[in-house]
Amino acid sequence: MLIKKNKTRAALIALLALSSAAAWPRAATAETVLRIAMTAADIPRTLGQPDQGFEGNRFTGLTMYDALTGWDLSSADKASVVIPGLATEWKVDDADKTKWTFKLRPGVTFHDGSPFNADAVVWNVEKVLKQDAPQFDASQVGVTASRMPTLASAKKVDDMTVELTTKEPDSFLPINLTNLFMASPAKWQAFYDKAEGADAKAKSQAAWTAFAKDAAGTGPWKMAGFTPRERLELVKNASYWNKDRVPKVDKMVLLPMPEANARTAALLSGQVDWVEAPAPDALPELKQRGFKLYANEQPHVWPWQFSRVEGSPWNDIRVRKAANLCVDREGLKDGLLAGLMVPATGTFEVGHPWRGRPTFEIKYDKAAAQKLMQEAGFGPNKKLTVKTQTSASGSGQMQPLPMNEYIQQALAECYFDVQLDVIEWNTLFTNWRRGVKDPSANGSNATNVTYAAMDPFFALVRFLQSGMAPPVSNNWGFINNPKFDELVKKARQTFDPAARDAALAELHAASVDDAAFLYVAHDVGPRAISPKVTGVVQPKSWFIDFSLVSMQ
Amino acid sequence: MLAYIARRIVYVIPIVISVALVCFLLVHITPGDPLVAVLPADASQELAAQLRTAYGFDRPLPVQFGLWLLRALHGDLGNSIATGRPVLAEVMRAVSNTVTLAIAAAIIGFTMGILLGLIAGYFRETWIDKLATSFAIAGVSVPHYWLGMVLVIIFSVQLNWLPAVGAGPGGSAAWAWDWAHLQYLVLPAITTSVIPMGIVTRTVRALTGDILSQDFVEALRAKGLHERGVFRHVIKNAAPTALAVMGLQLGYMLGGSILIETVFSWPGSGFLLNSAIFQRDLPLLQGTILILALFFVFLNLMVDIAQAAIDPRIKRG
Repeated sequence: MLIKKNKTRAALIALLALSSAAAWPRAATAETVLRIAMTAADIPRTLGQPDQGFEGNRFTGLTMYDALTGWDLSSADKASVVIPGLATEWKVDDADKTKWTFKLRPGVTFHDGSPFNADAVVWNVEKVLKQDAPQFDASQVGVTASRMPTLASAKKVDDMTVELTTKEPDSFLPINLTNLFMASPAKWQAFYDKAEGADAKAKSQAAWTAFAKDAAGTGPWKMAGFTPRERLELVKNASYWNKDRVPKVDKMVLLPMPEANARTAALLSGQVDWVEAPAPDALPELKQRGFKLYANEQPHVWPWQFSRVEGSPWNDIRVRKAANLCVDREGLKDGLLAGLMVPATGTFEVGHPWRGRPTFEIKYDKAAAQKLMQEAGFGPNKKLTVKTQTSASGSGQMQPLPMNEYIQQALAECYFDVQLDVIEWNTLFTNWRRGVKDPSANGSNATNVTYAAMDPFFALVRFLQSGMAPPVSNNWGFINNPKFDELVKKARQTFDPAARDAALAELHAASVDDAAFLYVAHDVGPRAISPKVTGVVQPKSWFIDFSLVSMQ
Repeated sequence: MLAYIARRIVYVIPIVISVALVCFLLVHITPGDPLVAVLPADASQELAAQLRTAYGFDRPLPVQFGLWLLRALHGDLGNSIATGRPVLAEVMRAVSNTVTLAIAAAIIGFTMGILLGLIAGYFRETWIDKLATSFAIAGVSVPHYWLGMVLVIIFSVQLNWLPAVGAGPGGSAAWAWDWAHLQYLVLPAITTSVIPMGIVTRTVRALTGDILSQDFVEALRAKGLHERGVFRHVIKNAAPTALAVMGLQLGYMLGGSILIETVFSWPGSGFLLNSAIFQRDLPLLQGTILILALFFVFLNLMVDIAQAAIDPRIKRG
């Protein structure tokens, strides 16, 4: 009986040992999955040129795709700058500054196994620029063309060299090219060949629709599963060309959750590991429960853009400077925004290569502001009425109504009588393009539309150059300052990167000295992340490198 | 009966055309640019004009409407501007999720509503009535998105019993009636059910009370019919009106609730509508509204026919 008992025990131990041994390798290779709740209501487009602004680029652009140039996202302290991507080096033609030569990275393949080469670059340029190309897709033009407004064409020189041409000399091209993601022509062609349609255009559209469901780029993540409006599953590209950026997590699941409370609840209940923009009032609870909060200054400005047409009250520089000195940005940050902003003292802050050395220091100095207003002829009994158009909500607008009411209160102490014209966000966008002279401005002499400041065109040129006034671009207030025009030209036509940066810094300093905008805040891209997730580096950028992230 | 059904179907045609016209015009007369979904904020007016031509938004409205209606009749509602995906597939997928949610909410809401209504009506002016009526008033008064958040805080965040958001574990297209999927349905379905529950309770209570006070009920009782039999008569007399109310409520639920679906990230028609409005995706907005309106019209047709089948007086009228 004893022997039988011992035998049974021995068998049980052996069985346990066997099952543990069997489980061990499985545990060691258990798949790691990072689940992220985005603020988007839908998965950003997956076919190469994402929609939904830079959130689209962050999640379905820079993950599955690469561009010729990229962003350095490795540091939380330094400004993100442009670095080589699928191009290893580039150079403008000394004789003709509209021609650029890009040397391509050898040995790169798309996720479908096809090679990345000069033909692929030409094909991808033509998908958004050449209307008679079979792969031309109007739906990708809008989100691309305005981000590289001078790019005209692409030509293959040899398999690993491509020549790009701009409409005018433009040193910003390498920066703008971060927005052109390289999709696999071979994969698209396979879909096109299989597509059914009445004509080539219909077949092309069908091919792009199919490609969006089964995409192939060259990026560190490969598409593994896609349920529109529900989830996108990406798996690591183990053979990614940049070995330092081969993802450490096996799988990343992206979930659209537009409602901040829903995102926060999903994180708190363990349904996701990472949420973008958690509900601000939940931050104390998130911290208390051990979640990690990340935030960093983004290249993003929350401003008032002034009208400079004849008769505008903002034409007096003393008034513009007074407004900039009358807002207590630290108070706005610590009070209303619970720390989730960086006070703006220009488009770029100290440490950024394009900051320069402005002589006008933007800070809170109510006495100086009141003095300037009195010099301009205003005072407690003679207030200056100004009207600003804004929205009640909107991407990047942070909290437009309470923030504008805060500014309204602040400026009241410096003899401003601020009226707010609150309109729907998309309408505000449309009006932005139409400019202050359009009836849609509704008598406003300032507009409050936030802007991305990733590249010089977006950050400075479209607002400051006189030729960018509507209908061309976003110089909403018709700023017409010869000094700005001259500096824009100088920056555009300076092709040495260091000298170009210096020229941009000069332009930026000039705009701050001219108090071109009422600079208020930079967004900080807050995100809350589970303590299981390690290795997160939140750079001073709209983007983030998911490849660096590990899961415990 | 067949003539009645044919007549009702004929009545539906002008309604459907009017609905199509209204939903087409509504999205065109609102301010803003229809190309917001594909144009970045900084796009020039030149680029906007170029794309407006590419998408056909530069054509006169009657031409746009005619082409849209013609394509719609062939089952083609165009492609979403934002995603490029066919609108019909997008809408049908979202509607199927909403139908799932609506069915679950209807089962909870109607069952509770009928039960509470019958009990309240039968025990009128007693504490039982007051309790049931309080439930009904709470159901229609409490903001349902607020209730949804409270349920999430209790059952997902605090107790960790049920998922807070989503429509299934894998986000797969196929819904399954198993616990893995059903657990995602519980909180949104309860939240969606409170309004129909309240409305049905109040309707059934009023009908039951009204019928019970009528002479024929006294006559039935005088003839010695037991209470169960009396109740059967009450239910039969209350059914057409209650059915109409429930049909209407089901229509509202099938229309989707933007707030509830957003709170729970439930990928239904309300969520889709929210997304289409936010992105100002005109083809998607038009297609979604049209399909939902057609659902509503179809559902009303079904309710009318069901009512006529139950109560012959209706089809004679």
